[in-house]
Amino acid sequence: MSFDGRKENETFIAMNKIKNSINNSEKEEGKISSPVDRRFFLRSAGLAVSAGALAIACKDDDVVPMDPVAGTVDLGSGDVGVLNYAYALEQLEAAFYTQVIATPYSGMTDAEKTILTDIRDHEIIHRDFFKAALTKAAPTAIIPALQVNFSTIDFTKRDAVLGAAKLFEDTGVAAYNGAGNMIKDTGYLLLAGKIVSVEARHASVIRDLLNPKSADFAGDNVVDANGFDQAIDPATILAAVKPYLLTTVTGANVGK
Amino acid sequence: MNIFKIIDELQKVDGDVVGRLEHASRRHFMNRMGSKIATIAAPMAFATVVNKAYAQSAGAIDVLNFALTLEYLEDEFYKAGNAAANLIPATDKAIFAQIGKHETAHVAYLVKALGTKAIAKPTFDFTYGGAFADVFTNYKTFVAVSSALEDTGVRAYKGQAGALIADPTILKVALQVHSVEARHAAIARRLFAVVNASPTTKAWITGKEPLIAAVAPIYAGEDNMTQGGVDITGLASKTNAAISEAFDEPLTKEAVLAIATPFIKKM
Repeated sequence: MSFDGRKENETFIAMNKIKNSINNSEKEEGKISSPVDRRFFLRSAGLAVSAGALAIACKDDDVVPMDPVAGTVDLGSGDVGVLNYAYALEQLEAAFYTQVIATPYSGMTDAEKTILTDIRDHEIIHRDFFKAALTKAAPTAIIPALQVNFSTIDFTKRDAVLGAAKLFEDTGVAAYNGAGNMIKDTGYLLLAGKIVSVEARHASVIRDLLNPKSADFAGDNVVDANGFDQAIDPATILAAVKPYLLTTVTGANVGK
Repeated sequence: MNIFKIIDELQKVDGDVVGRLEHASRRHFMNRMGSKIATIAAPMAFATVVNKAYAQSAGAIDVLNFALTLEYLEDEFYKAGNAAANLIPATDKAIFAQIGKHETAHVAYLVKALGTKAIAKPTFDFTYGGAFADVFTNYKTFVAVSSALEDTGVRAYKGQAGALIADPTILKVALQVHSVEARHAAIARRLFAVVNASPTTKAWITGKEPLIAAVAPIYAGEDNMTQGGVDITGLASKTNAAISEAFDEPLTKEAVLAIATPFIKKM
């Protein structure tokens, strides 16, 4: 790729701004939106980066809102806490499936690609929906974009990718089921209800892809003797997804 | 000495026995349910919670009996289907055995939880008044009806979540059953696509596309594009199809009963 001199210059200026910001902000306390090294983020997201290829249009303003943050983010309390919690998990899933489709595993069939693309789109829709809803309902409490970490997932291998997908979907179902009865507003409860069943459909299909024609779509390791799916509290869920987030997410007051 | 049996017996003469126990020592009482006995004891302890809740929430009883009606329907459907000779191919038996196992468990749980308030099991006509005459002799029909029943169950539970907001224990149970029905629906639809040669049918519901014309009422409203009072057409630059798939829609109890009634021969 070649750039005209001006573009390269702008990129150079932008990167220096970010570098300086990182150096300055590391000492700052309580500041959530510290700028993030774009190259680090892109590498985490698995995208190849070469020197000078960062043709990102940077304005002179500070952090572009979609820059994911490192550091710690708290989900907040009450219903807003639950919405932020859902938003966080959907961010994780959307980022994961975006990577899956961007770098498909070896031997991905057309049918699998269709399914995984659908799932990606659903998670992106969920994520953007929560972002819009929170921006409107709680503009000062909405969490920022979270920085993900998929370095432990080998995106070239089918079993690794589908295994991770199964984990994310089952976890999503358990999270919604575990937080549902903390919601006070019937409108929010209904929204959560509309989404959790779609996550359960995802989980069922992923599990069938991993072990076709078996009972695994709703296996005994996830549906108990009463025929109940899991319902897990936020603290346990956040601990389970922690390996996949560089941002530390806390949620002690979700639903409270 | 089985403390739960004793509480049950006491319950017969003193409806407030649990309240008295809980007032006396709520946390201590609940902590008696160690993890090993919790699964077995849970339905009975839960039953007392429900029984105690009678005075506060007759609405919850109605919701649970509504759920039980549908679970009876599904349970009997799969019992018949799984027993029918030459219906389900060997390759698919594990799937329907698992679904049936869950529906049986759901019935058992609800019956125990409702106790004397549980409605009796209806008798069913799975031919739907003749529309599905070959439901237990033609695998295509069986898979279509299975998918339709599961999708209906998901919408039915979803439609009742709001009614349970004041009963967090029961709401949680309802959510845990609701997502299992969604797993069932997904796998049944996945089979439908192959068995009924319908490659565009997905595990999720696209728009209000019915699996077969006869079950169109089950999918009414699934093309909804308004969420949280906002028209989300164009959200994330995704298609209407994708957006409609991303959200499953509720059905009211009345709508569900209208769909289910032709399956019920006698209440």
